[in-house]
Amino acid sequence: MLTVAIFLPAAAAVALPAVPRRAVPWTWIAVALAEVALVTWMWVSHGTGAGTSYETSTRWIPSVGAGYHVGVDGLSLPLLALTAVLFAACAVYSLRQARRPRAFAVLFLFLETVCLGLFAALDLLLFFVFFDLSIVGMYFVILLWGHGDRSRSALKFFLYTFLGSLVLLLGFIGLYLGADPNTFDMVELTRDPPLHGGPAGLTLLAVGIGLGIKTPVVPFHTWLPPAHTDAPAAGSAILAGVMLKMGAYGFVRIAMPMLPDAWRRYALVVLIVGLVGVLYGALVALAQDDVKRLVAYTSVNHMGYVVLALGAAGYASGDAAARRLAVTGAVTQMVSHGLITGALFLLCGVLYDRAGSYGLGRFGGIAGRAPAFAGLTAVAAFASLGLPGLSGFIAEFQIFAGTIGSGTAAAAVAGALAITGILITAALFLRVLHRAVLGPPGELTGRVTDVRRPELAALLPLLLLSLLIGVAPRGLLDTIEPLSAAVTALVGR
Amino acid sequence: MNENPADLAPELCVLIAAVLGLVGGLFLPRERQWRVAVVCAAGLAAGLAAAGAAAARTDLAVFDAFMVDPITHVTRIAVLGATLGVLALAAGQVRGHPRESEHYVLILLSALGTVVLGAASDLLVLVAAYLLASIPAYALAGFGKDAPGTEAALKYYLMSALLGVFMLAGVTVLSGVGRGTAYPALRAGLAGAPPAAVAAGTVALLAGLLFKAGAVPGHFWVPDVTEGAPPAIAAFVTTVPKIGAFAALYRFGAEALPPGTSWPALVAVVAAATMTLGNLAAFGQDNVRRLLAYSTVGQAGFLLVPVAMAGRTDLAEPALLYYVPAYAVTNLGAFAVVLARGRDGLAGYAGLMRGSPLLGLSLVVCLLGFVGTPPTAVFVGKVLMLGAALDGGYAWLAAVAAVNTVASVFYYLRWIVPLFRGADGRPRPARGASAVAVAAALFTLALGIGSGLALTT
Repeated sequence: MLTVAIFLPAAAAVALPAVPRRAVPWTWIAVALAEVALVTWMWVSHGTGAGTSYETSTRWIPSVGAGYHVGVDGLSLPLLALTAVLFAACAVYSLRQARRPRAFAVLFLFLETVCLGLFAALDLLLFFVFFDLSIVGMYFVILLWGHGDRSRSALKFFLYTFLGSLVLLLGFIGLYLGADPNTFDMVELTRDPPLHGGPAGLTLLAVGIGLGIKTPVVPFHTWLPPAHTDAPAAGSAILAGVMLKMGAYGFVRIAMPMLPDAWRRYALVVLIVGLVGVLYGALVALAQDDVKRLVAYTSVNHMGYVVLALGAAGYASGDAAARRLAVTGAVTQMVSHGLITGALFLLCGVLYDRAGSYGLGRFGGIAGRAPAFAGLTAVAAFASLGLPGLSGFIAEFQIFAGTIGSGTAAAAVAGALAITGILITAALFLRVLHRAVLGPPGELTGRVTDVRRPELAALLPLLLLSLLIGVAPRGLLDTIEPLSAAVTALVGR
Repeated sequence: MNENPADLAPELCVLIAAVLGLVGGLFLPRERQWRVAVVCAAGLAAGLAAAGAAAARTDLAVFDAFMVDPITHVTRIAVLGATLGVLALAAGQVRGHPRESEHYVLILLSALGTVVLGAASDLLVLVAAYLLASIPAYALAGFGKDAPGTEAALKYYLMSALLGVFMLAGVTVLSGVGRGTAYPALRAGLAGAPPAAVAAGTVALLAGLLFKAGAVPGHFWVPDVTEGAPPAIAAFVTTVPKIGAFAALYRFGAEALPPGTSWPALVAVVAAATMTLGNLAAFGQDNVRRLLAYSTVGQAGFLLVPVAMAGRTDLAEPALLYYVPAYAVTNLGAFAVVLARGRDGLAGYAGLMRGSPLLGLSLVVCLLGFVGTPPTAVFVGKVLMLGAALDGGYAWLAAVAAVNTVASVFYYLRWIVPLFRGADGRPRPARGASAVAVAAALFTLALGIGSGLALTT
C-alpha cells in the first residue's frame, strides 16, 4: 500500500510519454489527486496511535545491512500529506504550462515519488537515495524551466546541496560502522544508539552539516535565494514547501534519536544556530526588494524556528512536557510553512507570469486591479507572520511556549530573542502589502490581471488547509504528539 | 591443490576465439571479415558464461600462479563483458577496414592479458600478463595510422616501456629480498626483509600497475590516447586494462605484502593525488574525449581507495569488486554515446535531448552515474568505498574523496547542460553505438538497484 503510494507517480511518469499531448496535464492532476486520496486514507487508518503503520521491509543490499524498509508514523504522515497536497496544487497550477509540458509533468511526478519515498524511508541508505535524487530532479527543474540566470543558480544549487548530501553520507556511514552488527536500518539504530563520546560528536557534525545545508540553516543558506529566484513558481513551491522539510525531518528522524547524547551535549549550538537563522533570515528579508527573494529569506527565518525548537528539546534537564510541546510545534511548523510558503511562491509565480518582474517597487495598488489576488496574498502573508486563526500561529506558539517553558536559562533567552523575529516578519509582510497591494499604482500594475481559475484552484486549498489547522488543530496535533513524546524520550536517554 | 584445466575455461574460450579469428581472417575476403567479429563475440560470450558458472561454484581452484577466487571471477566477468561492448562499438567503426580481423583479435588478446593480470598471484606471471595486455594495445592505439593516432601510440608505448622497466626492477628487488615470486612465499619472506628494500621494490612495482590503471604518476598517456586513438579503442584502453590493474593492485596489497608495511599510506596518497589531479584537469576541457579521459583518471583515484585499504577492513574487497564493474559499465556507456554522436566538442552535443531522447537520457544516466547519484551502480560502489576508507581509519581520505566528488559534478554538468539546448538538424546517431549506450545505461541502473544480488554472489 505504502509502496504503491510511493511509486505510483514514478510509474505514471514512465507511462506519460505514451499519453496523448492534450491529456498530459489531466493525467498528472489525476495521479496527484489519487496520491492525496491514498495518503489521506493511510492517515485515517493509522489514526493517532503511536508506532509505525504500513511497514514493509525487504532485503536490498543484505551484505551491507541496507534494506528497502518503509513505514509511516506520526512524523511522516503529516509530511507525506503535505507533499501530496503541494504536488497536487502544483499540478493544477501548471495546467497552462506552455514550455515542454510533458517533460515538466514527468519530472514533477518523479520528484513526487522521491519526496514521498524520503518521508517514508526507514533505512538510512534508502533515505540517502531519495535525498540525492531530489537534488538531481530539482536541478533539472531550475535548469530547464527557470528564468533569469538559471543555469548558474541551478549549478550553485546542485554543487552546494550535493556537497551537503555527501557529508551526510559520511555521517550515515559513521552510524553504520558504529552499529554492531553493522546496519543502515533506522529502527535498529534508534533502538540502540551506536555511538558515544567523540565519534558521536563528529558524526553529529557530519549529519548536522548535511541536513543543515538542506534545511537551510545560516550560514549554509546561500544557495537558497538564487535557486528560488530563478526557479519556476511550481519548482519554488516544491523546493521550499517540501524539500526544505527534508533537512528538518532528518533532524527529528535521524539526528535526535540516533545520536541522543551528542544532541544533548551540543543542544546549545543547535539553539544558537536556530536563533541566528530566525533573526538573520528575518532581517535580510526585510531588506529585499525582490518579492521572491523576500519569501525565500522568510523560509530561512521559519526553518530557524524549527531548529530552535529542536535545540530546546535537547535540554534533558528541562521540563518534559515543554520539550514535547517544542517538538510538536516544530513538526507543525514544517507542515504550516510548507502550505503557506507554497502558496506564497505560487502567488509570486502569478505576478511574474503577468508582469515578468518580482520588483517590489514596480508594483502598487494591485488590489484595485486584481482583488482576488490581493486577498489571497493578504491571507498568505498574515498566515506567514503568525496571525491567530491560521496555522503559523499554532506552530509558532507551541515552539515559543515549549522553548521558553523548558525551564533552562539558555533556551528561555533564545526563545525570548526569537520572538523579535515575529515582529520583523510582521513588519516586512505589512510593508509588502502596503507597497504592492495597496497604495498608488506602480509602473507594472497595469499588467497584473486577476488570478485565473486553475491558479485559484491551486491556491485556495493550501490556504484553506492553513486555516483549518489554525482553527481546528487537534487532528494534526493528536497525530504528532505520540511521536514527539517518543522523540523527547529517545533524546533523554 | 586442485589443478583442473577446465577451471581456465573462460581464458581458453577467449584464446581459442582469438586464434580462430586470426586464422579465419587470413582466408576470408575483405567484405566478409565481419565473421571474425562474430567468432570473437561468440568466444567472449562463451567465456562469460563459463566465468559465470565458475563464479557460482564454491570449490575454488588454485594454481600456483593463477588464483581462481572472487577477485578473479569479477575481473573475468567485467573484462569479458566490457570487451563484448567494445567489440560491438568497434565493429561499426572498422567494417571493411583492410585489417579488420586483426583489430578484433588484438582486442581479444589484450583482454586476455588483462584477465591474467587480475588473476596472477606470482610476480613473473604478473609481468607476462602486463606485457600481453599492453602490446596489443599499442598497435590498437595507432590503428588509424593518422598523426594523432601515431602520437598516441608512441606516447603509450614509451610510457609503458619506461614504467614497465621500473616494474621489472621492482619485481627483481622484491623476489630477491623476499626469496620467491609467488605471493604466499613473498608474504612470508618479506616480513623479515629490510623495510627499505621492500618499500623501494613496492614503489617500483607500483609504477607499472599505476600506468595500467591510469593513475598518477602514470596517467600522462590517458588524455592523449583517449583523444588520438580511434574512439572505440579509447573506450577500450580507458576501461578494460584498468579492471585488471586494480585487481592486481588489490591482490598484491592484500596477499603479497605482510601486514605493517606503509602500503596503505602510500596508496592513499597516490589515490588522493590521482582523484584531485584528474578532477581538476577535467574542469577546463572542451573536448569530450579529453574530458572523459580526465574523468577516468579521477575515477581511478576513487578506485585506489579500496586498494589502499586492502587487508585493513572487510569492506575493501566488496568495495573494489563492486566499483570496478560499475565503473566499466558507466565508462563504456559514456564512450558509446560519443561514438553514436560522432562529435568531440561539447558544443556538438547541443540538442541531443530533443533529437534522440533515449541517447541523451543514457548519457545523463552515465554522467550522473559517474558522480555517484543513486540508484546507479557507481553509487553503491562509492558508498562501499567511503565506508572502507572510514572503517580503515583513513577519514581524511574519505573527506578528500567526498570533496572531489562534488568537484567532479561541475564538469559532468558542463556536458549535460548543452544537451537541452535547441536542436540543429544533425545526422541521426549511429545505431549500434546507440544500442550499446542505452544497454549500458540500463545496466548501470540495474546493477545499482539489484546490488544486493550482485554483492552476495
